[in-house]
Amino acid sequence: MYVTTAVIGAGHAGLAASHFLTGASVDHVVLERGEVANSWRHERWDSLRLLTPNWLSRLPGAAYEGPEPDGYADTSEVVDLLERSAKDVPVRTGVNVTSVRRSPEGYTLTTSEGPVRARTVVIASGACNRPVVPTFDVPAGVEQVTPFDYRNPSRLPDGGVLVVGASATGVQLAAEIQQSGRAVVLSVGEHVRLPRVYRGRDVLWWMHHAGIWGQRYDELDDLTRARRLPSPQLVAGSTLDLNTLTSMGVELVGRLSTIRDGAALFSGGLRNVAALADLKLNRLLDTFDEWAGTAPGERHEPTRVPESARWRLDLRSGEIGSIVWATGFRPDYSWLDVPVVDAKGALVHDGGVVGDGLYALGLPVLRRRGSTFICGIEDDARDVIGHLVRGLG
Amino acid sequence: MSNGVNVQALLDAREVLKGAPEAAQFTWRASSKWQHGVHSTTKIQKFFGLGQEQSHKSESVFEADHPEIFAAEDNGVTPIEYLLVGLAACLTAGVASVAQNRGIKLNSVESVVEGNHDIRGILGADSDVRNGFNDIKVTFTIDADASQADVEALVAQSQKRSAVFDALTNPTNVTVEVA
Repeated sequence: MYVTTAVIGAGHAGLAASHFLTGASVDHVVLERGEVANSWRHERWDSLRLLTPNWLSRLPGAAYEGPEPDGYADTSEVVDLLERSAKDVPVRTGVNVTSVRRSPEGYTLTTSEGPVRARTVVIASGACNRPVVPTFDVPAGVEQVTPFDYRNPSRLPDGGVLVVGASATGVQLAAEIQQSGRAVVLSVGEHVRLPRVYRGRDVLWWMHHAGIWGQRYDELDDLTRARRLPSPQLVAGSTLDLNTLTSMGVELVGRLSTIRDGAALFSGGLRNVAALADLKLNRLLDTFDEWAGTAPGERHEPTRVPESARWRLDLRSGEIGSIVWATGFRPDYSWLDVPVVDAKGALVHDGGVVGDGLYALGLPVLRRRGSTFICGIEDDARDVIGHLVRGLG
Repeated sequence: MSNGVNVQALLDAREVLKGAPEAAQFTWRASSKWQHGVHSTTKIQKFFGLGQEQSHKSESVFEADHPEIFAAEDNGVTPIEYLLVGLAACLTAGVASVAQNRGIKLNSVESVVEGNHDIRGILGADSDVRNGFNDIKVTFTIDADASQADVEALVAQSQKRSAVFDALTNPTNVTVEVA
């Protein structure tokens, strides 16, 4: 099989790429290992909802049309959105790409359904293919769970739960596990604190309208840092910061440094990571006020940190039955036999342009801060596919 | 505006060392000699870094002893107090560097570092008490041409990039051998 462009992955990024390729009359195929929106169907926990309100969750050819523009989509609604966007997209489902190599004409893809030759390739295989799990010596008897395994609190073994990581995933899972009646200890490293609502509007309304999400990748002071920024402490519908969790009874401890002799050892720097997040939040709210040209709106109580947070937790005492690793995700490029991945496993690209007809879409801060979110894909795909089409000459 | 920190050199070094991690490997060294009682003298001059042996301009000498209430001669500060010296110096250097990078003029930076220590641990009087500090508190008093929030951000960023803050707040593998 030969196509001008092979798109790998039928998630929001691959579908958006196809939309613009079709618009430019470029013959292409979208190769999908499973089905459309596969990771949303199979790699998400039960209660997950999008962090963006419905009115922001739009894709090329599929905007939200339901009765709750201010609601937050659950996974079935995300799947529905993607399926609507996939109408008229040449998707081949059940095709697993196992290798991409250079060829004289461009690239050769090895797939579970035979080879595909292509002049150009768009990598749209996602930013969250694998949960990141640090390699610590966890005592036998303590079950380890990643967000890919986790479905709901009832599936966890008996006993307390150590949730490691306090970004969007960590705070959401900590909250629902604590509410299910289990004692949660939450290990907190650097994080991004956000209120759900600021001055009566969703905080992401502000990010969108005040131009934060529009900031271009090549105009940021520290792009590497921006791309590695953890997802904000947000959940659908309400504020879920560390103070909320403390009020629910969650115990905060510092960043997990190591596990030694069966004991988890936490950093003594909890107070400072909380201070950094509080200061950063206030600076962001100042930015919103400046953009709005009005007097400052509400400010938030500084993060309450325990007077003397525990820095040692014995994992053999029976207090902790399981550890939930909410320590981030990373893309998987093990199938990419082209030297375009750096020593840390990140794809090297300039705003989605990898070079030699190879492109990427759907990565954090790919071309703008908003690239990290579903609604950022349309502008990115327009730019990246525009570059691809110009390259076809 | 200058606080006397050559931030450009630091930023340049960051860029160079991104691509040369081996040159970033430093070894800091101290040589210590027992004097008498619990008095020791520690000297520091040479270290390794940027791929070769390096040297301070001159040797520094540190006397360590215990105070007279410990029935010692008090020829110098208590070893655990040297940790306070390190922490204060590291955070202060960080404040100055971050301020320089952010264009904030510092008029004065003072800090008090307090380490709370239950000495029943080192005396073996109670096995539930640890040997080291129970907690440490640093209080900065900073006069700068900046808002309170900006000053707090300086201090927070300084902690984030501090070697000694990290060494004190996180565990480190320590190997002690007899040569």
